[in-house]
Amino acid sequence: MADVRTKQIREPLIHITKRDDVSFAKSTVIHLIGIAVALLISSLLIVAITGQNPLEIYKAMYEGVIGTPIANSGINKKYMESIHQAAILLCISLAVTPAFKMKFWNIGAEGQVLMGCLTSAYCMLEFGGKVDNSVLLVIMFAASVVVGAVWAIIPSICKAFWNTNETLFTLMMNYVAMTLVSYFIMVKDKSGRSDLGIINERTGYGYLPNLFDRNYIFNILIITVVTVLMFVYLKYSKQGYEISVVGESENTARYIGINVKKVIIRTVAISGAICGLVGFMIVAGDKHSIKSSIVDGQGFTAIMVSWMAKFNPILMIPISALIVFLSVGSKYATSAFRIDNSIGDILTSIVIFSIIACEFFTRYKVNFRKPKGRGKA
Amino acid sequence: MKKLISMLLAVAMLFCFAGCGAADTSSDGDNAKVLSIDEVELTVASTITAVAKEDLKVGFIFLHDANSTYDKNFMDAATAACTKLGLTEDQILMKTGIPEGNECYTTAKELVNAGCQVIFADSFGHEPHMIQAAKEYPNVQFCHATGTRGKTEGVGNYHTAFAEIYKGRYLAGVAAGMKLNEMIAAGKFTAEEAKMGYVGAFPYAEVISGYTSFYLGAKSVCPSVTMEVQYTQSWFDIEKENTAAKALIANGCKLISQHADSSGAPSACEAAGVPNVAYNVDTSNIGPNTAIISSKISWEPYMTMMIKAMLDGTSIPSDYCATLEEGAVQLTALNESVAAEGTQAAIDAAKDKLINGEIKVFDTANFTVGGKELTTYLADVVDAGDYKADTEAVADGRFIESEKRSAPYFDVIIDGITVPAK
Repeated sequence: MADVRTKQIREPLIHITKRDDVSFAKSTVIHLIGIAVALLISSLLIVAITGQNPLEIYKAMYEGVIGTPIANSGINKKYMESIHQAAILLCISLAVTPAFKMKFWNIGAEGQVLMGCLTSAYCMLEFGGKVDNSVLLVIMFAASVVVGAVWAIIPSICKAFWNTNETLFTLMMNYVAMTLVSYFIMVKDKSGRSDLGIINERTGYGYLPNLFDRNYIFNILIITVVTVLMFVYLKYSKQGYEISVVGESENTARYIGINVKKVIIRTVAISGAICGLVGFMIVAGDKHSIKSSIVDGQGFTAIMVSWMAKFNPILMIPISALIVFLSVGSKYATSAFRIDNSIGDILTSIVIFSIIACEFFTRYKVNFRKPKGRGKA
Repeated sequence: MKKLISMLLAVAMLFCFAGCGAADTSSDGDNAKVLSIDEVELTVASTITAVAKEDLKVGFIFLHDANSTYDKNFMDAATAACTKLGLTEDQILMKTGIPEGNECYTTAKELVNAGCQVIFADSFGHEPHMIQAAKEYPNVQFCHATGTRGKTEGVGNYHTAFAEIYKGRYLAGVAAGMKLNEMIAAGKFTAEEAKMGYVGAFPYAEVISGYTSFYLGAKSVCPSVTMEVQYTQSWFDIEKENTAAKALIANGCKLISQHADSSGAPSACEAAGVPNVAYNVDTSNIGPNTAIISSKISWEPYMTMMIKAMLDGTSIPSDYCATLEEGAVQLTALNESVAAEGTQAAIDAAKDKLINGEIKVFDTANFTVGGKELTTYLADVVDAGDYKADTEAVADGRFIESEKRSAPYFDVIIDGITVPAK
């Protein structure tokens, strides 16, 4: 009798256990499998919806990102643009990271970058031609960084002293920033068209120069430096350690003598400052223009990049590259094959979804019941 | 903190180096002399190497998609011109929904990458971005509708175009005046009460030139007419256009016309039973009992010329004003059930006179400004980003609209037209 009962308490077919720690190699393999599965699902979907050869579509995506030399000049500038786009996304991701690591849910990166853009644009209009271009660039840089930081400090002070909800607060600050930009354009535009066009189009005041005869190099250099600094700051500096402690537990932090308010404000200010810097780079090094949609949602995409990289600045490089690859590539491929834009969005989301799903497999181990335990029945 | 400061300083130094290289761009300041169109060196269009028909790819950049009457007008013309010249579908690349910003530049580059030898953009705000792309790709031709800088920018592969739409508006105005006369004769209101309403998008030259020519057309047949203008500050806003039309009707306007792209004003007119003269599209489906006629630009002649130039290896004019004669300015079919008797004959007669030069729309004998005849007027023809008037536009007893530059520059408020106070 007893024998029968023990046999009935059977091991389930699948059970899940938490992994203690997963090696880097294993995690990489899991993620690569995830991406492969995503591409497979996407391929099936492409065939089902459009009837196109998925390999051709992937090839077009690659061409859309890397570019091809233009017929009558042999120049290819496309890949540089893609790299720059990924770099900008990377930099915003770096910016939001310290705050997120501290569990300060700053979703106001969009607005902070926008304020940086606005400040740079204002300086270009206001001081262009009145001071030397190098001085103008320094003013633009400094002012954008400061304004970006201030835009982030406002909610952080309220959080530190009155424990307000930073998610809502930073989100609302985005809309304030957008409205300010619209107002600025309305005031500054003399044509009556509510469009500033390209600022200082004829004079080039406040434009970052080309280095080595190429666009964007300046921005890419700055972002490289920021990436390294952020990695070192988070991993090896005392302040980086304080951020992790406050993130894990404010009480512990207080107990070991960390001034939590100060750490919160300081960290969020750094986040905001880097966002402001991105704003400067967007205006001075790329678009030379301003409008309320200039950041184009990257402030929100960056949050995803930061999370997917588990706040590791180095990991953010491939992830932002992947996201830009997907969005730029799918946009190009869908237009080359004259299929609906939404297909591109679907592909992108399948890949991102599967990467996030990989998290499950890196944290938990799926165990299957071993066949030998089953017996003959 | 120290680290942060040193970081900032390091970056600041970087810029100083950068600035040294870039400082020489700052030669001409704000105080440069304003040059009139007669003084500036005009752009010489670059010659084009002929492209074999099967190799030609034409790119189009549209502000909205086919839901906007403005863009649909361009899209239809593009398709018609390309098909007539025997281009296949994969030789025509259309990008819709491209905002007036950096996206235009990016899209233009994308089209270049896709192999287009000629690229056309349809909205005013695309201009600086098209110029930017044109400078970057000198071997590709960039054509821009409604732009102001083709002649003066000095970029040989950048071209602008418009049409003498003020003549079309004038003819539509004739139809409006005939309708007013009919209503006066029927005793609906007195000649002094003949007031028209006009819903305009923005208070700048393109709109002002449009409503003034419309008004002058109406005045040519109904001398006592006046007109009230309201602006919506948007090119496409159904609600605002509708409200503005209703307000004008409430103010005593007996007939409405508009220069904005939605169905807002025509539908307000239909609801109130007030006659309407439209723009860009035939609105008789929206207002079967009130729509009289519409004036429109047909871009097909220009696009045909543009593509032919690519095939033949000739050149595209730096700035081109398409004419009434060549069919670039058109009127939609007259809605006989609404229009006054004899309207078609009056329009045809006026059209012939416009073509043979007997009638000049902006003849200074036909209107006054502040009670006086206009004898001199400086218009902002050279678009140097300064919004400063630079060119004398009154000559031979008329305002010479669209001759110095294709895009309209008549921006005088004449007597008989009331506009909102600033």
